[in-house]
Amino acid sequence: MGSSIEERLRGPWLAALAGDSAAYADCLRELAAMLRGYYRKRLVSLPDEVEDLVQETLIAMHNRRHTYDPGRPLTAWAHAIAKYKYVDLMRRRAVRDELHEPIDDDLEAFAASDHDAADARRDLRKLLATLPERHRRPIECVKIEGLSVAETARRTGMSESAVKVGVHRGLKALAELIRRQP
Amino acid sequence: MNTDDLIRTLATGAGPVESRAVPRRYAVALALGSLGALVVVATHLGVRNDLAVLAELPMFWVRAAFAASVAATAFVALARLARPGVPLGRASFAMVAPMVAMWALAAVVLVLAEPMMRAMLVLGSTWKTCPLNITLVSIPVLVAVLWAIRGLAPTRPVMTGATAGRLAGGIGALVYTLHCPELEAPFLGVWYVIGMAIPAALGALLGPRILRW
Repeated sequence: MGSSIEERLRGPWLAALAGDSAAYADCLRELAAMLRGYYRKRLVSLPDEVEDLVQETLIAMHNRRHTYDPGRPLTAWAHAIAKYKYVDLMRRRAVRDELHEPIDDDLEAFAASDHDAADARRDLRKLLATLPERHRRPIECVKIEGLSVAETARRTGMSESAVKVGVHRGLKALAELIRRQP
Repeated sequence: MNTDDLIRTLATGAGPVESRAVPRRYAVALALGSLGALVVVATHLGVRNDLAVLAELPMFWVRAAFAASVAATAFVALARLARPGVPLGRASFAMVAPMVAMWALAAVVLVLAEPMMRAMLVLGSTWKTCPLNITLVSIPVLVAVLWAIRGLAPTRPVMTGATAGRLAGGIGALVYTLHCPELEAPFLGVWYVIGMAIPAALGALLGPRILRW
């Protein structure tokens, strides 16, 4: 977020705060583009989160635009909010992953396997295929493709709680299958 | 909703921003908080009836200035913390200055005092109750200040909470001087500082929980 953006945005932004909604829409579009670039760099492994976070941050900027001090750089204000929202997302994900840990523990059986990773993956597919659809799909989406529970629910048409239950029961069943393997 | 639609929605509903919104929020919070603190002192602790006599002693005003400067420096820092992208700068050093000044004064008093008297200068007669009383008086201010900050945009919740607590502690201590019999610098440097540190710690604990946005 360089100083040229600062010069370009400052005038329209002050007009926007004074009530010019066309200038405001222009500013938000510029800010959205900046945010998209900022988050894309930081969320390389979570590309699906970028646009959601851009929107969430725009709403936050909108609701808190009275906290902008006209005597200070707009880019510093925007950058601080962008960073805050990024850290907040990371914290939320960390909390969620912590809650998921008990489920992952069921997979500890894999750690004991002496197959190499490729074999393990092939075996996993084979074992997965033996699971009923309502357990297999959630595991494929959440644990293999890395989608969130909400995204999985949308894709499979299952409810969120059905997805969670499916992952949990499915992993238990998988662990049981693996334990029984010779 | 795609981002362009969102922007259109946000821009259409947006009127001009009230430029006095932030100062008004602080004014309301500080007025209500201080009023709450006064009510606590008046109803639970009692206002001294010899205030007119005490007010003739310089230390009465040094004590008040000490508490007020803790509050004032905390307020300056808080106003910065509540706006995204505004660095604290010298405001963080300024917050330490009242403590350092009081400790320097306390050191002088202790050095000049008879050795026999030193413990009494530190402990006074109310050291057991002072820190918790200041905390108690600070709580209405802390609640009000945190409410004010919730409507702003703090990006450092722990630091912001702690500074809100420091502001509440400073105002709480100032109001508590209406009840407190202690005027010696060594006492103030220990027990007032602890009394103001407790609301600051409370604020630091509460910050991440209630200042999220």
